[in-house]
Amino acid sequence: MIEANNILCVKGLKKSFGEREILKGIDFEVKKSDVVCIIGPSGSGKSTLIRCVNFLEEPTEGTIEYEGQEVHQAFKKLPLYRTKVGMVFQQFNLFNNMSVVENCMVGQVKVLHIDKEEARKTALQNLEYVGMAGYMNAKPSQLSGGQKQRVAIARALALKPEVLLMDEPTSALDPEMVGEVLTVMKKLADQGLTMVVVTHEMAFAKEVATKVIFIDQGVIAEQGTADDLFLHPQKQRTRDFLSRFNVLSHQNEEDK
Amino acid sequence: MATLPTTFFGWVHFLLLQYGEVLFKGACVTLLLAIVGTFIGCVIGLVVGIVETIPEDKDASFFSRALLKTEKRILDAYVEIFRGTPMIVQAMVVYYGAMSLFSIDMSPMFAGFFVVSINTGAYMAESMRGGIDSIDQGQKEAAIAIGMDHFQAMRCVILPQAVRNILPQIGNNLIINIKDTSVLNVISVTELYFASKSAAGVYYKYFEIFFITCIVYFIMTFTASRLLRWWEKRLDGPRDYQLVEYDPLADPCGIHPIATKKQ
Ligand SMILES: Nc1ncnc2c1ncn2[C@@H]1O[C@H](COP(=O)(O)OP(=O)(O)OP(=O)(O)O)[C@@H](O)[C@H]1O
Ligand SMILES: [Mg+2]
Repeated sequence: MIEANNILCVKGLKKSFGEREILKGIDFEVKKSDVVCIIGPSGSGKSTLIRCVNFLEEPTEGTIEYEGQEVHQAFKKLPLYRTKVGMVFQQFNLFNNMSVVENCMVGQVKVLHIDKEEARKTALQNLEYVGMAGYMNAKPSQLSGGQKQRVAIARALALKPEVLLMDEPTSALDPEMVGEVLTVMKKLADQGLTMVVVTHEMAFAKEVATKVIFIDQGVIAEQGTADDLFLHPQKQRTRDFLSRFNVLSHQNEEDK
Repeated sequence: MATLPTTFFGWVHFLLLQYGEVLFKGACVTLLLAIVGTFIGCVIGLVVGIVETIPEDKDASFFSRALLKTEKRILDAYVEIFRGTPMIVQAMVVYYGAMSLFSIDMSPMFAGFFVVSINTGAYMAESMRGGIDSIDQGQKEAAIAIGMDHFQAMRCVILPQAVRNILPQIGNNLIINIKDTSVLNVISVTELYFASKSAAGVYYKYFEIFFITCIVYFIMTFTASRLLRWWEKRLDGPRDYQLVEYDPLADPCGIHPIATKKQ
């Protein structure tokens, strides 16, 4: 069956906070080396969805499968699953009491029980990859937003995850720093890392995504390849949503 | 018989020679009580703060959840009671209560350590909880997201920052304790105030003796506050860092690489 090469499979996912149902039954698959971009209006449940995928939020209903097996059955403990499915946050969330390199080591040492020397090597390789090796001894408070986010990516990569989840990784950045983070993300995508990215960067989604999912009011309104969704959206809701971005880009062109 | 001094400073000098050693010993007892009490109090506060912030685990058995809840209630009560009553009264209740209820004849000194520690613990528990809450939830989540459990996240990420943030309060408590151990004279702990009172009684020179006492207290608190401030600074480390090489991705022109490629 096709499911064989699915890394992640989300089935009938529902999530309520109290009485309010935020996610109302979400189904999608992520294949190896997929770059899935999740787009949708604010408050539609994108963050909730991606947080449910690594169980930062406990889903109310539905299952998540990792390589064909329900997560709780595939892994004795959630932390082990979380090392396979890395996460990058909108607000970076670096550990402020640690230097850049320690941020990238602590998970390897504490969770995977890798010895310090080895962990340091891996940390430095990943920092090199995101162009932050020169800042290895800096504290997070000494970095710019874009640099923080690149360190956060290196921190996630240091655990050698199979999938990287990202929740609006560039939304908290000043415009001039968005590029450096997108560059790293694109490099990762080109290397075949499987990613699920919530983003408002339509240019990025258009160029890099193998699949785009449009979420509206807690359901998947439409999903397909980047071309399908951006060039031939089937639903009015999708068109309305995308038109806001198109309007912006037209304006930009007129400005020039 | 030697003639007694006539002036204020004459008396101060005379009393210093006469009772300097007694006062010095009293000061040492005060310092010992304050330092040990603050230290144990901080340990108590740390433990209470950690227990109070253990999240409820929905998967845990009914029994262990009930246990945790009960523990939290008891600790809440402890904090409220010891913050809500004066230490001088606590000292009386502990010292004489132990004797009459349990027939435990503890030495005044032991009762003193006990009261100061447990009192400081109640205050530090609140500070600790505040310190833990002040660390933004995002860092905790990031720790969970790289596979740590609650206790690893606390130990590696949250507590080091929380403790750093409440260092000023620890210092504050130490200074308060140096002063407030004076109330332990009611259970005859021979700390500085008790020693001063005894010494003053001999020649009825209260002002002269307590003038000296006042200075001794001030020297102790002032030194403590300076040492703590120095220690805080040292913990923070240097403000700058050695840059090893240039950041190749930082983009000073603010060019958006993907957007530009499209044009
Ligand atoms: N812990 C929570 N408790 C209660 N309600 C919540 C909680 N987290 C999210 N919500 C609600 O769920 C809804 C969806 O939130 P979510 O953060 O998933 O949206 P989003 O699509 O990520 O939006 P944005 O683009 O602004 O990030 C919001 O209305 C929010 O108020
Ligand atoms: Mg969001």
